[in-house]
Amino acid sequence: MPELIRPKLAYNYFPGCSLERNAEAYHKSSMATAERLSMRFEEIDDWNCCGATEYISLQMLASYALIARNLAQAVKSNGGRDLVAPCSACYLNLKKCDKHMRADAVLAERVNSALAAGGLAYQPGSVHVRHLLDVVMEDVGCEAIAAQVTRPLKGLRVAPYYGCLISRPGLRVDEHNPEYPMILDDLMGCLGAQVVDFPLKTHCCGGHMTQISEATGFELIRRLVKGAADYQADLIVTVCPMCQLNLDAFQGAMNRYFKTAYHVPVLYFTQMMGLAFGLSPEELGIGAELVDARPALAKIGVELPEPVAGEGGAPKRRKDDKSLPMPKMPAGPAGTAEEVRR
Amino acid sequence: MVNASPPSLTPFDFLDEVQARTPGQSRLLMCIQCGTCGGSCPSGADMEHTPRSIFAMIRADMREEVLRSNTPWYCVSCYYCTVRCPQDVHITDIMYTLKRMAVDARLYEEPAAPDFSKVFINWVENYGRAFELGLMSQHMLRHNPFGVLKIADMGLGMVTKGRMAFTPKRIRGIQGLKAIIARAKELEAVHA
Repeated sequence: MPELIRPKLAYNYFPGCSLERNAEAYHKSSMATAERLSMRFEEIDDWNCCGATEYISLQMLASYALIARNLAQAVKSNGGRDLVAPCSACYLNLKKCDKHMRADAVLAERVNSALAAGGLAYQPGSVHVRHLLDVVMEDVGCEAIAAQVTRPLKGLRVAPYYGCLISRPGLRVDEHNPEYPMILDDLMGCLGAQVVDFPLKTHCCGGHMTQISEATGFELIRRLVKGAADYQADLIVTVCPMCQLNLDAFQGAMNRYFKTAYHVPVLYFTQMMGLAFGLSPEELGIGAELVDARPALAKIGVELPEPVAGEGGAPKRRKDDKSLPMPKMPAGPAGTAEEVRR
Repeated sequence: MVNASPPSLTPFDFLDEVQARTPGQSRLLMCIQCGTCGGSCPSGADMEHTPRSIFAMIRADMREEVLRSNTPWYCVSCYYCTVRCPQDVHITDIMYTLKRMAVDARLYEEPAAPDFSKVFINWVENYGRAFELGLMSQHMLRHNPFGVLKIADMGLGMVTKGRMAFTPKRIRGIQGLKAIIARAKELEAVHA
């Protein structure tokens, strides 16, 4: 394969609140892989929270003004560049705000009246908002990505999980199917992974429901984790920090709720790219996930130090448990996990 | 005795308001009651009324029943209904509108979801950024104090893995953001 001989691709970057801390691994791995792909991301100056799905639930105009402030900041930072968001919720909010402002002159005028109170303005249509996955696949492409692969993800069964807000309501270009996209499948394929044809790939992770109604939230998480385990996926690959948080951090609580013992690690697509490019797990923030990814990664020869106390998949046996001890599931590759009740 | 009072002369007040408060075209009037929305909804089983029923109720001007329903609060914002709707009704956006109207009218029955949103935006309005630890702890102490114990090990895991910030981050332009938000709220009140 020939060396990459093209100028650096430059973008405005909107990390979003999650990537500052709970999904720092996503940020870290995005930057590390971007370097390999000759992409440069410049964080827009003094950005604010996009409001997630919460602000729009309480305020209409203020939520649009909150989002539009970021679009205005992006124009100020470096107007001509595409604005890239790695978080699907931020991505949709930014994109939707611009779309509605373009379509609705009254809304655009009121949002601008609000922005003027902070000395800002935003001309609808002037910022092109894109998701990080789209940018990587459309601007760099499979061929150039494959050229960087030094450690193919051979033999690793990967369930590509898109979630909702990158897939729907279909604000991307037409060829993306809102229910069965292939772009992440294709990317994992060109990294050499064995891609699971995952039927739940655009189902919902539950968003904030774990905090509103456990029964609803955990059920949505269970469906996805069980689905991936049924398809004998070694891990789930995600493109959104909310999906990662639900499927990874709440997997233990979900297991306790349903008395199951699933163990399916959840990594970001940028971490998978980095591993395939031969980067070290540390450079990619691997090890911060609560469901231990080491057994899965051992399959491709990646070794990690013992994790600090985190939360595993299987529920702990209680001290006063009078039932007969059952053989423990090895903390091995996912897919061996079965419902304890069965 | 039924129907003691004469039918309202403006029976579509509520329908008009829902449409007016939804950004863009809601296309609510185009609903043909096919039920694709409810059948596509991942949390439909937990809703008192499916989206299809809610739209029929809106047309029947059942303001209070609609705004008291748990339906919009169980919408997970996945947009499955929206992309599958044969009439292109902007269902998810309408659910957000119903949430706002229920909060304004103080008609919601279960406070957990609106309170979660309120705590979330309180951090955003005062700092410009979300603050997970503050949000989770405030919310759980109020609505699910025993839940804290249930997810204690997850919280501990998040802390040991360095995934939880202990202090909120404030943006430099917070005064400007506050002015923007205050102005937006004034404008919305004037045009409501």
